[in-house]
Amino acid sequence: MKHAFSLFAVLAGLWILLSGEFQTLLLVLGVISAAGVCWLALRMDAKDGEYPVVNVRLLRLGRYWLWLIKEIVKANINVTREILRPELRLSPSIFRVPADGLSELGQVTYANSITLTPGTVSINIKDRHIEVHALIQPAADDLQRGEMVRRLRRLEPN
Amino acid sequence: MQLLLDAISWICLLSGGFFVVAGGIGLLRFPDFFTRLHAASVTDTLGTGLILLGLMLQSGFSQASVKLILILVFLFFSSPTAAHALAKAALHGKLVPFVKR
Amino acid sequence: MYIAGIAAVLVTMALTLARAFMGPTVYDRILAVNSFGTKTVLIIALYGYFTGRPDFLDIALVYALINFIGTIAVLKFFEYGDLGRDRPSQPDDI
Repeated sequence: MKHAFSLFAVLAGLWILLSGEFQTLLLVLGVISAAGVCWLALRMDAKDGEYPVVNVRLLRLGRYWLWLIKEIVKANINVTREILRPELRLSPSIFRVPADGLSELGQVTYANSITLTPGTVSINIKDRHIEVHALIQPAADDLQRGEMVRRLRRLEPN
Repeated sequence: MQLLLDAISWICLLSGGFFVVAGGIGLLRFPDFFTRLHAASVTDTLGTGLILLGLMLQSGFSQASVKLILILVFLFFSSPTAAHALAKAALHGKLVPFVKR
Repeated sequence: MYIAGIAAVLVTMALTLARAFMGPTVYDRILAVNSFGTKTVLIIALYGYFTGRPDFLDIALVYALINFIGTIAVLKFFEYGDLGRDRPSQPDDI
């Protein structure tokens, strides 16, 4: 039930942000559609028995995002240099990085961050390891140094 | 002040356009599917980010900026998911990545 | 200045379309179409600002959502040849 209420609050906020109108009719329509979406979501939760759990430290998450954006910019510049090189000098490789010490949400964040950084793409998660395809050797080395997973471990609650 | 903001926004739009085109060139030039995936992610991250940031600077603190932020956040969550799904489906479909060494 | 952005995105759209036609595998084509969709979002937003009507952003937002869902749906269709079949979930599902 707590989940439904928080979902309703988020949806109502989204409605107001997107419409920017405060006439009674529009607000009522917003409440109706937010409630309808909540009802659908509850039905789906009852079917597959999964509840999204978001349990991270928000301040540290903000700091992680700032760091991630910096990494993305650096990786973008590296990959763009490879693209514009007159003759290609790629060294694609596939390797596995450990993802232990992370919750399920942490592992998803880790895999998504790897993919978001150009030059590395996560292709599989198996036995607490993530299989990664890397475009160039420096990108692979960067990831294997494990800075990202260290920062993610600090986001884990307690 | 307005001039400065305009200048920064133009720089963002131009460099964003540069990264978008670079991603497109990479998509055409790279030798196999898995390497092309990396090229596509250049456009999806920095290219999109810079162009939307440039537009945000144009509209300042307004509802349009909120929508731009929503588009940006959504793309940043969905594009790695789509890339991962593609890579995994390709591997599942017996596509062998071209690997050096 | 918006024109420069629009031109860059249009050029890239042409390049991605070329990749979509060339293939060679179906995954290349899906990747190209997904990338094309992202560029469509950008061009809708840029064009909205160019003509001074930022309301276009709503369309861009919806297009971003639909593009993602479309890509996943096509992928799932190629993986399993079906979109809604009930099957036991496997540990390494997408």
